[in-house]
Amino acid sequence: MEKSLTWREFVITRLIQTSGYSAIVFVALIFFFLIREGIPTLGEVELSSLLNLRWYPIEDYFGILPLLTGSLIVTIGAGLIAVPFGIGTAVYISEIAPRWMREILKPLVELLGGLPSVVLGFLGILVLSPFIRVFLDLPTGLTALTGSILLGGIAVPTVVSVAEDALDAVPRAYREGAWALGATRWQTIWRVTLPAARSGVLTAVMLGIGRAIGETMTVMMVTGNAPVLALKLGSLFSPVRTMTATIAAEMGEVANGSTHYHVLFFIGMVLFLISLGVNIAASSVVFRAKKRAERILS
Amino acid sequence: MNKIVIEDLSLQYSDGTESLRGVSLGIRQNAVTVLFGPAGGGKSTLLRCLNRLNDLTEVKASSGKILIDGENILDPKVDVIALRRKVGMVFARPVVLPLSIRENLTYGLELAGERRRVKLDEAVERSLRLAALYEEVKDRLDDPAIALSGGQQQRLCLARSLVLQPEVILLDEPTSGLDPISTGKVESALQELKQDYTIILVPHSIQQAARTADFAAFFLQGELIEFGEGKSLFTTPKEKRTEDYITGRFG
Repeated sequence: MEKSLTWREFVITRLIQTSGYSAIVFVALIFFFLIREGIPTLGEVELSSLLNLRWYPIEDYFGILPLLTGSLIVTIGAGLIAVPFGIGTAVYISEIAPRWMREILKPLVELLGGLPSVVLGFLGILVLSPFIRVFLDLPTGLTALTGSILLGGIAVPTVVSVAEDALDAVPRAYREGAWALGATRWQTIWRVTLPAARSGVLTAVMLGIGRAIGETMTVMMVTGNAPVLALKLGSLFSPVRTMTATIAAEMGEVANGSTHYHVLFFIGMVLFLISLGVNIAASSVVFRAKKRAERILS
Repeated sequence: MNKIVIEDLSLQYSDGTESLRGVSLGIRQNAVTVLFGPAGGGKSTLLRCLNRLNDLTEVKASSGKILIDGENILDPKVDVIALRRKVGMVFARPVVLPLSIRENLTYGLELAGERRRVKLDEAVERSLRLAALYEEVKDRLDDPAIALSGGQQQRLCLARSLVLQPEVILLDEPTSGLDPISTGKVESALQELKQDYTIILVPHSIQQAARTADFAAFFLQGELIEFGEGKSLFTTPKEKRTEDYITGRFG
């Protein structure tokens, strides 16, 4: 009896341990694979050529700057849409909406988060891009703006859901304290509830941006996929191509082991580093806030 | 003179838990009125009606009147924000805002639109002195308020409601988390304050009720059982149920 119990305990502990470690191992393997396939780029293509402004792999032009700026402009646009909308919705759900409304809205938002991005891309092509073409009088509706709006829509549920949890975790006593001092509802939200939930709201923003930058399907469908350097404000209204869309579109037809193949992996590495950077930034913000709280409380 | 007159006040929460049934009560100016009784008796509910903090919880039905200076504050047309500035409140657990000591105090004034530095500093010192906290914190007004001890935090909350120069102060078990020394400080501050304010206190024990009450109201399951001067109510209660509770037969 004794014996078999300790034995079972041992097996279960090891199983849990293994699955825990395997997550780390997988990430490490993915990263290793990316490096192995991507690093040869640096030997095959000169750095100056990588920083070129032309992406035309068939003629050996591997300038990734247009793709990088394409991703950036679409992501920044998406952030500008998703952050105010997301936080606004979260505040509405957690602070203002009556209970029945909250019980409808919250699952609805989470459902929206589970919508396949292809479906949104579909909507983008059929509804949004014709609208933008006509409304803004552009030659094509497949622009960075279209991508930004859709990506914003994809990021909103993430932002809402995480930010709402953070707001919800703020003790009710804080709000009552502010109300009892004669604060209006808005003053309470802006000066007490939101600052108290700051770290959670920041995490929500970072996660939303992370979601937007890694999104592939939608942007591939609606941004027009023209690898043009996007630095001006006007680029928002012209087609761009993002890093993710490039990999998705070209990986299928590239010769295994060719320079083009390696460059695509190199782009993957850049993406990986960017999302790593966003995540580290997010967790360091949360970590700092936690440490500050500990210092005050101790 | 009665500052507050409560007329036939009834209230029910939507989940049906705690409620008030036909409570009528007059609350004297410049005195400490104590609302006491076992948990769930409606004391806190009544307190929260007096500054309309109940507006923000789910209330199913309410009827009756609360007159402060002759004005019915339950009237939907009443300016709730102005009311809450006139009727300050201190909660059971000290709710210091995540700001510095000074900012905790100036917060309410800034919300009310006061920006002048001199006025704010004046108000900070005055209210801290009234709450008997000034000497302990005068050198570290810009430290985070969370760093204060529990008793200091509670007196900070008291000071914070005093900053707005209210006419009525509501206290909901203000000393429930405090040690005897801090409790004593809060209680003696209240005795000073009653000269200028109308104070309504929900005490956290019968002993505290007896110590502080000029007038006392005994609540049981949402009903006002007995109301009278503190001295006579705690020594010679008229109602059997009041006597049973005071002498510790239940509760």
